[in-house]
Amino acid sequence: MLTNIKEGKLLKKNIVQIKDVVKRFGNVLALDHVSLEIPSGEFFSILGPSGCGKTTLLRLIAGFEIPDSGEIFLEDKMINSTPPYRRNVNTVFQNYALFPHMNIYDNVAFGLKLKGIGRAEIKERVMRSLDLVGLSGMGDRKPRQLSGGQQQRVALSRALVNEPPVLLLDEPLGALDLKLRRQMQVELKSLQKRLGITFIYVTHDQEEALTMSDRIAIMQTGKIEQMDIPPQIYERPRTEFVANFIGISNLFSGNLRNGNGKIYTLTTSDGFEIKATGEGIRPERNATVMVRPEKIQITPGEPKNMSHNINILQGKIEDMIYLGNVIQFIVKLKEQKLIVLEKNYDKTFEFKPDQDVFVSWDIYSTFVLSERVENERLFAQV
Amino acid sequence: MKDFLLRYKSWGKEGKAGFLISPAFLWLLLFFLIPLGIIFVYSFCERGNYGGVNWNFTFENYKQVLNPVYLKTILYSFWIAILNTVICLLIGYPMAYYISTRKSTVFKNILLILVILPFWTDFLVRTYAWLVILREGGLINTILLQMGIIQEPLKLLFTDLAVIIGLVYGYLPFMILPLYASIEKLDPSLIEAAYDLGANGFNVFWKVILPLTSPGIIAGSILVFVPTLGAYITPDLLGGAKVMMIGNLIQQQFLKVKNWPFGSSLSFIVLIIVLALLIIYIKFGEPEVEK
Repeated sequence: MLTNIKEGKLLKKNIVQIKDVVKRFGNVLALDHVSLEIPSGEFFSILGPSGCGKTTLLRLIAGFEIPDSGEIFLEDKMINSTPPYRRNVNTVFQNYALFPHMNIYDNVAFGLKLKGIGRAEIKERVMRSLDLVGLSGMGDRKPRQLSGGQQQRVALSRALVNEPPVLLLDEPLGALDLKLRRQMQVELKSLQKRLGITFIYVTHDQEEALTMSDRIAIMQTGKIEQMDIPPQIYERPRTEFVANFIGISNLFSGNLRNGNGKIYTLTTSDGFEIKATGEGIRPERNATVMVRPEKIQITPGEPKNMSHNINILQGKIEDMIYLGNVIQFIVKLKEQKLIVLEKNYDKTFEFKPDQDVFVSWDIYSTFVLSERVENERLFAQV
Repeated sequence: MKDFLLRYKSWGKEGKAGFLISPAFLWLLLFFLIPLGIIFVYSFCERGNYGGVNWNFTFENYKQVLNPVYLKTILYSFWIAILNTVICLLIGYPMAYYISTRKSTVFKNILLILVILPFWTDFLVRTYAWLVILREGGLINTILLQMGIIQEPLKLLFTDLAVIIGLVYGYLPFMILPLYASIEKLDPSLIEAAYDLGANGFNVFWKVILPLTSPGIIAGSILVFVPTLGAYITPDLLGGAKVMMIGNLIQQQFLKVKNWPFGSSLSFIVLIIVLALLIIYIKFGEPEVEK
């Protein structure tokens, strides 16, 4: 599927294209001019809180909803009003949606029978598909005789047996317990790699999206806030929403001045000066910068190797929370609080609540977000 | 009372349950099982001259059922009952499907109330209403004559058609309600899954919706078939002298011909047939979803 070569990189052909799609339900704008392109073979996740439009987007691709405007392409064909049974995609439903009146074999064979494939081939493919998900020999059972994890595998097998170029997954692991979910994440990812099928994966679980995806689209109120590879999403969230939705973020807002090229200086309302990086940012305005808690060092005295590439602030430990592998500190600055995560090593325990400390971090870990903070909240946790 | 309450508390689970169902059990014993026993005994007796029975044992009453005249009535009753069940199912299924798939709960409840509304008036009165609608100078004929569609009034009343209309009207709610309950339970994502796997509307209906709502179809069919088989008022009022079902035959034997033993044997035969059908249904027709 390699079609063209651009800037020395091999570009894969886009298998799904969504162009400026709008979908309303009554007065609710579920999708607000959404556009995206998914290359063939990609594990693409759509991540967002409930009601952000992620499931609607998936249902539009599956064909259960029709867009009010915009276009949806599958393998270069416009499929806006193609009914679901004529689309070359299959879905793994959140509640699995296994047919309770059929046994596992008939559930998996359902799609193949409708295509009029011969008995022998159906049998061979169903067996292979059940084998793929580790359920060979379960064909005679009824769905309710299986555990949640097994039902999940049947749902996967029932979709994969049709060999769709694109598989849609709607929070497929949401109903499983944490341990099984972790295990299935690994299995799903390796299965996807092995089969080379494009996965479009809807989830509200940020960890799931970060560990499995090639690319993630983060949605909020019907819009895609950011679309990028997982490290970029975590390290360089573009907006405050993304910063808060993925992981924990410390946010500072104040007046932004341009210092030196890509380095900006933010002056907070309580007088701290924080240096941050950014690109193409307009200075001389109110802005928000962020830093991740694990990028911050906490020291009893002023850090020794002072360089101008470090932000140093003074504060007082308000609280220490033991989290096992890490210790979470709440450090009170003048008006705002800061979350700091330190690795659990013996020295960490020398800190005591109410102790005066210095917090410091590399200015390259701080960067300017593209949206202004609405309120005076200076740290937030999701 | 206090003593009783104290004693009641000391009974075990079984004892309490037994005590609580005893009124229902007594009621059924007195007004169902004992009369049924009397009918059973009567059906093996010789007829008395002016009603009642002579206590001589005989199989004559059951042999008499095989008389072609009576056999015809029985078969006709079955035919009418099957026809009514099928028509109720064909009309009731789309209605139940429509009601249960409405998004607005308020609208859904209004439709359900409309289905139940006829029960607020007595069945006999409603059957008389059909008399007024169907008779020669009735509503339908008047309208059709006025519009010039027909020149002569149609013969609607006292026909098989009138009986079927009356029965479908009377028993349709008994079909719709269980169907509604089972369609309502149907998980919409199963329908989507079937579409997703390549089934068109027809296949989705035959392979997913219909099998999964079969408990409702079976329950509705039993609720319509059984009472239709014993229907009495509708064939009597709307069928007139021409249409006779088992119910009318039994009534005639008891009250007009004064042949109680034959009436009893007819009653018992209907009971046995219905029971046999129900057992077959439960044994072989029970849908796997319910197991």
